[in-house]
Amino acid sequence: MLETIVQGVLLGGLYTLFALGQSLMFGVMRLTNTAQGDFIILGAFAVIAGVSLTGDVAPWLVALAVLPVAFGFGYALQRYVLNGTLGKDPLPSLVVTFGLSIVIQNLLLEPFSADPRAIETGGLNTQGIALGEAMSLGVLPLVVLAIAVIATGALQWLFAHTALGRSFRAVSDDREIAELMGLNAKKVYAFATAIAFVLIAIAGALQGMRTTVSPSDGPLLLLFAFEAVIIGGMGSFWGTLAGAMILGITQQIGFRLDPGWGIWFGHIVFLVVLVLRPQGLFPKTRG
Amino acid sequence: MTNMPLPIVAVERATAASHAALIVGIAIVLVAASLPWWGESSWMREFVEIACYFIFAMMWNLLAGYGGMVSIGQQAFFGFGGYVMLMLGNFAGVNPFIAIPMGALAAGLVAIPVSFVAFRLSGGYFAIGTWVIAEVFRLSFANVSAVGGGSGTTLTALRGIEKATRESTTYWMALACVVAAVALVYLFLRSKRGLALLAIRDNEVAAESQGIPVARMKLAVYVVAAFGAGLAGALYFVGNLRISPDAAFSVNWTAFAIFMVVIGGIGRIEGPLVGALIFWALNKFLSDYGTWYLLGLGLLAILVTLFFKQGLWGYAQQRWGWSLFPTQRKLLRTSPAGSTFLRDRP
Amino acid sequence: MSALLDTRALKAFYGDAQALFGIDFSLARGELVAIIGANGAGKSTFLKSLTGLVRAPRDAIRFKGEPIGGLPPGDIVRRGLAMVPEGRRLFPSLSVEENLLMGSTAARKGPWNLQRLYALFPILAEKRHQPGTSLSGGQQQMVALGRALMSNPEVLLCDELSLGLAPIVIREIYAAMPSITGEGMTVVIVEQDVTMARQVSRRIYCLQEGRVSLEGNSADLTREQISQAYFGIGEAAHA
Repeated sequence: MLETIVQGVLLGGLYTLFALGQSLMFGVMRLTNTAQGDFIILGAFAVIAGVSLTGDVAPWLVALAVLPVAFGFGYALQRYVLNGTLGKDPLPSLVVTFGLSIVIQNLLLEPFSADPRAIETGGLNTQGIALGEAMSLGVLPLVVLAIAVIATGALQWLFAHTALGRSFRAVSDDREIAELMGLNAKKVYAFATAIAFVLIAIAGALQGMRTTVSPSDGPLLLLFAFEAVIIGGMGSFWGTLAGAMILGITQQIGFRLDPGWGIWFGHIVFLVVLVLRPQGLFPKTRG
Repeated sequence: MTNMPLPIVAVERATAASHAALIVGIAIVLVAASLPWWGESSWMREFVEIACYFIFAMMWNLLAGYGGMVSIGQQAFFGFGGYVMLMLGNFAGVNPFIAIPMGALAAGLVAIPVSFVAFRLSGGYFAIGTWVIAEVFRLSFANVSAVGGGSGTTLTALRGIEKATRESTTYWMALACVVAAVALVYLFLRSKRGLALLAIRDNEVAAESQGIPVARMKLAVYVVAAFGAGLAGALYFVGNLRISPDAAFSVNWTAFAIFMVVIGGIGRIEGPLVGALIFWALNKFLSDYGTWYLLGLGLLAILVTLFFKQGLWGYAQQRWGWSLFPTQRKLLRTSPAGSTFLRDRP
Repeated sequence: MSALLDTRALKAFYGDAQALFGIDFSLARGELVAIIGANGAGKSTFLKSLTGLVRAPRDAIRFKGEPIGGLPPGDIVRRGLAMVPEGRRLFPSLSVEENLLMGSTAARKGPWNLQRLYALFPILAEKRHQPGTSLSGGQQQMVALGRALMSNPEVLLCDELSLGLAPIVIREIYAAMPSITGEGMTVVIVEQDVTMARQVSRRIYCLQEGRVSLEGNSADLTREQISQAYFGIGEAAHA
């Protein structure tokens, strides 16, 4: 049982990285990115392509190189496409991001086909650290967990202690008055999405290292990200991490009971939390 | 200013064009009903398929455009209707054609407990939440071996019937479903409840303060949309004869519905019709291109949403005043001198 | 002497509804001018047009000789025109100090900074790390006022400072006004409290249904003239 929970926590680390970008975009501009999972997969394939194009340069370096590209891409996407969909009506942003999801999946199918691929890490994904006799912790999952905790802390710090974070909170509270103060909301939104896309790229690279990826994997990752955010409670990055942990643990328990029901069990627990405590387990209450 | 005679006000609902359209529509239905005697069977199969797309899209449009609830999970009810029809047909010996409305009814009923969960969310998160629920449906059915588990099963109840009879009956059933669905939505939206829905969509709080029971109306729309989705699903799998969880609960159904409605214009009653026709045409000629076709659809949906916010049909309506299914009421003010002064009230 | 800020035949709309029907207004440097009028007279709409929150024709509004109508709010505050919005509109997710710091986003050179604000309103220093909206109404008004001052504007627009506040609190807020105008700040206040407006200002404009119904020096206008203009009885008058 302990092993199941530990595996769940490690899985939760990965889910945190899936979910942070979603939490950020929704928190700052109430935008639901239904292509979140597909962009993660796109990130993974970007690293795969980068590795094969540069003649097997170490994947970590390729991943690092992808990050600034992701930043720029996210900034441009928000500034020139998604900013036009913001408003009272949730439909335009949903349709546009949903359309992007379809575009990405099919765009990836052309060069990569539907075969699963992975990012070669030279065996890192199979290495383990032994804990006592019965248990072994994977090195890569531990790295993922560490990155997840660091990313969550960094985001929290950014929001609470920097001018950029202050402007994120201000435009999210009251866009009109934030503009009255001199903020350019369009640019602030673009920065938020740029950061979200860096997180997405990190998540994609790690997902590709941990397991295989194929072009149509995106939607399931979106659902995991979304469930983590809802279970944890909106408005708090540590809450998202907690939600991701709970989801990971729940899924592992489900897999333990019956391999066919693992993901189903995660969905059910999510729905139960939704019914019993719709604001999530650790919501940040607004004034 | 106080000495002008009171203007005479008349409320006009239908334009001359829409009267003509109604007559043409009836004629088309009559001609279409005679198809089995002079048409090819492939036409009938195609019609059944496009009818399912159309009904599903129209119900999605009702939910999103009029109910203000954007769902990415309507395929839950589509597949549920299909599976219920199949189970009634295979296990309870019910005639599958009769099982179609029963499947629809089952879908409508299951929407009630589902709404308890789904309505906890709103906006974009409601959309994804409904997708999760649809996944729960899919995974659940994929684990029930009695209906073939993950690989699905066949509709055996129609085995004994001759192919031509089965195809014509399926076709007529599809035709009947289309006419019924269109009539249902049209009459509903023209009624007082339809106006109430528009009020809710425009401003929920204001509508509530006017005494409109917002929560009940939203539930009603959700159930009706689920019923319609279930109808489309049950019909589809009578035509297809084979069902599987991945086909029944695929998110592509909603993707196509979104496409049809966005292209045609959300919240307009003829939008899904125009969208379905465009979709059918694109499907017919381009689906061989597989991924490029889907990519093109996605791009088209994005571009239309960004630049033609009312959809292509909505754009035509705006520009040229076309309207086939008038739910708008035009306020005509006539002065005693006989001149008319038109003002639109959407 | 050319006006620091003036409008000519300013019209403004909310969608299809017209809210302002041609406002002529001028403001000289160093003045404190009050705008009074009943609810819905267009006072807030007027201020919003000045600050770019409501669209206006480019030439209808001139600030320091330059046309600013319709410019984005960020541009206008950077030129030196700041507003304390109606109803405070503090940022709930930000602390008192963070709310004040938001005001310095478009900071220009000038005497106003956090230290000076805390000296003017000591209670804010005490509560600087509390959420902005956890303060009392009067304290929130101080934060909103301070937030606008942080950009060191040349013209400060105050929309209904006294809204929802007890008389003693209103007096406390207005007691700070000399410190603000003492540095040469030009101030426009929109007030429903006519007595306070007459006391504090040098000139008064009265708006009624989107038009200027009265304009003159506060000292010269009689109560009767004002109430007639306020309620729209009689014709527009100049004293």
